[in-house]
Amino acid sequence: MAILNRVLATSRHGYSNRLVLCIRQQHSSVSSDSHYDRLYPGHIHTYPIQKVLLAVGSGVAALQNPYRHDMVAVLGETTGYQALMALRERMKRDPEGCTVLIERPRIRLSTLDMSKMASLPDKSFGKEYLRFLEGNRVTPDSRANVKFVDNEELAYVMQRYREVHDLLHTLLGMPTNMLGEVAVKWFEAVQTGLPMCFLGAILGPLRLSSSRLEPLVTSLGPWAVRNGRQARCVLSIFYERRWEQSLEDLRQELNIEPPPFVMATRQKAPPDS
Amino acid sequence: MAAPVRSLFCRTVCGFSRHINSSVSSCRAVRSSCPPSISGGRSFSDGAANKTTHFGFETVSEGEKTERVYKVFESVAQKYDLMNDAMSFGVHRLWKDSLLHAMNPQPGMRLLDVAGGTGDISFRFLEYVRSQEERVARRVARANQTPSWQDISTGFEARGQEAVEPRQSRAVVCDINKEMLKVGKQKADSMALDRGLSWVVGNAEELPFEDDQFDVYTIAFGIRNVTHIDMALTEAFRVLKPGGRFMCLEFSKVANPLLSQLYNAYSFQVIPVLGEVIAGDWKSYQYLVESIRKFPDQETFKGMIEGAGFFSVRYSNLTGGVVAIHSGFKL
Repeated sequence: MAILNRVLATSRHGYSNRLVLCIRQQHSSVSSDSHYDRLYPGHIHTYPIQKVLLAVGSGVAALQNPYRHDMVAVLGETTGYQALMALRERMKRDPEGCTVLIERPRIRLSTLDMSKMASLPDKSFGKEYLRFLEGNRVTPDSRANVKFVDNEELAYVMQRYREVHDLLHTLLGMPTNMLGEVAVKWFEAVQTGLPMCFLGAILGPLRLSSSRLEPLVTSLGPWAVRNGRQARCVLSIFYERRWEQSLEDLRQELNIEPPPFVMATRQKAPPDS
Repeated sequence: MAAPVRSLFCRTVCGFSRHINSSVSSCRAVRSSCPPSISGGRSFSDGAANKTTHFGFETVSEGEKTERVYKVFESVAQKYDLMNDAMSFGVHRLWKDSLLHAMNPQPGMRLLDVAGGTGDISFRFLEYVRSQEERVARRVARANQTPSWQDISTGFEARGQEAVEPRQSRAVVCDINKEMLKVGKQKADSMALDRGLSWVVGNAEELPFEDDQFDVYTIAFGIRNVTHIDMALTEAFRVLKPGGRFMCLEFSKVANPLLSQLYNAYSFQVIPVLGEVIAGDWKSYQYLVESIRKFPDQETFKGMIEGAGFFSVRYSNLTGGVVAIHSGFKL
């Protein structure tokens, strides 16, 4: 019955020109039930021209309104294919990274045992992460789902990158104010090679006041770049099994130096520009 | 005053392949639809869960379609006008102006703007009528420049009994979606348009109005979202006065093959991207372009309107058939 409907739909529309072959495929191939969620839940299939338009449009939208996190996400997805492939290879070469790729852990409030983490000793990774979440008033559930990556495994890598971002804040000891975010972006740009990170790393400092710019350029920035180069691939770590590990231990294992200075966690004040 | 200028501009821009098909139907088309004699009676479809219909290119149950359409417009309401401008490069304003020009409302008319949402048609209606009133007033003033003695004496007496205000034109905006109405109300407030405007929540398939109430019924870019189009047409027939006019502005089929391909490419490639970037909602705008393809073409829709009992049903294409205005009269 569905096939008959499809045939009828095709003949009624009657697209035959090669110029719009892609459109014809879109109409005649499947009903809209599998226009979405083809490769993974939330997947939206896009043609190359659409990816280009999305990249440009989301870039402009994100620049105009940096609070549009969904646009930053879309920009990352549409421009990051090459970088994601390189990241996946890097993860595959690491045994723990392989485990992550196979087991596909997700960091969500529902999967975290908050009470257990709260009972962990001070200076442990889990406890510090919880402290970070509470102090900066963020939640791990605020990460958008991946939509425009046309490969199921790479979509997971992208999702993992998003979910690990908060953990990176903890690892690097950076708060979520503008300076902290820029420092984390510099680290991520060097680590992942995602174009969106580079864009954020270049444009972020433009919104910083000169008093903040100075520590970034002199100490924080070089530290972030150096660690980005020398650290293990941060996406390869199975963080969910390391809550009890001490933070210092984890940093040493990942080859990350502690931050050059400690910054106060973000207060209720808006981010500086 | 703005209306004539706009109409001139409109004619030069969007009328390059305007077909005006007139056909006077002398008898009601033999088509299965609810006969309008069941006024006040509603056809309850108990099999709503079992019967299926289309939601874009998806097949869903009828009950589900209404709900999903509601959700689509609830989510796009805030950015609706901005997206309309972006998707059509502002041409939707010319289309709506065309509709008003075809309607040519006179002061005192009552308009029912169904699926009126953000109020574009109603605002234009009120402005048009105001400009008509002003034009009449100016004409009267000009005629009274050099009155004769007789005119002055009769005018003096008449001034004592101030002429009764002509019946005020009224526009009722009816929409099933509260969010869209909310946005429309905010717009009206910002434009300081409150005289003669009312906002009603209602379903086009089951209007909350008595029979024979309105002079004009419009539905602009809304009827393709209605689950039962024939019910909406029947309701339109019911609430119009005898002599009332039904007008529908809707996306339709493009005849020219080249234009059609360009239009399809633009619709399917660009519009969902615009939806994602501007409104953060790909799926609603994908639904929008798919629902346009599912809507019947000009002739079929004309037949459906005739089937509801309207006479003198005509349609005119705008922008090569991208949009069509259908019009019919209740006699």
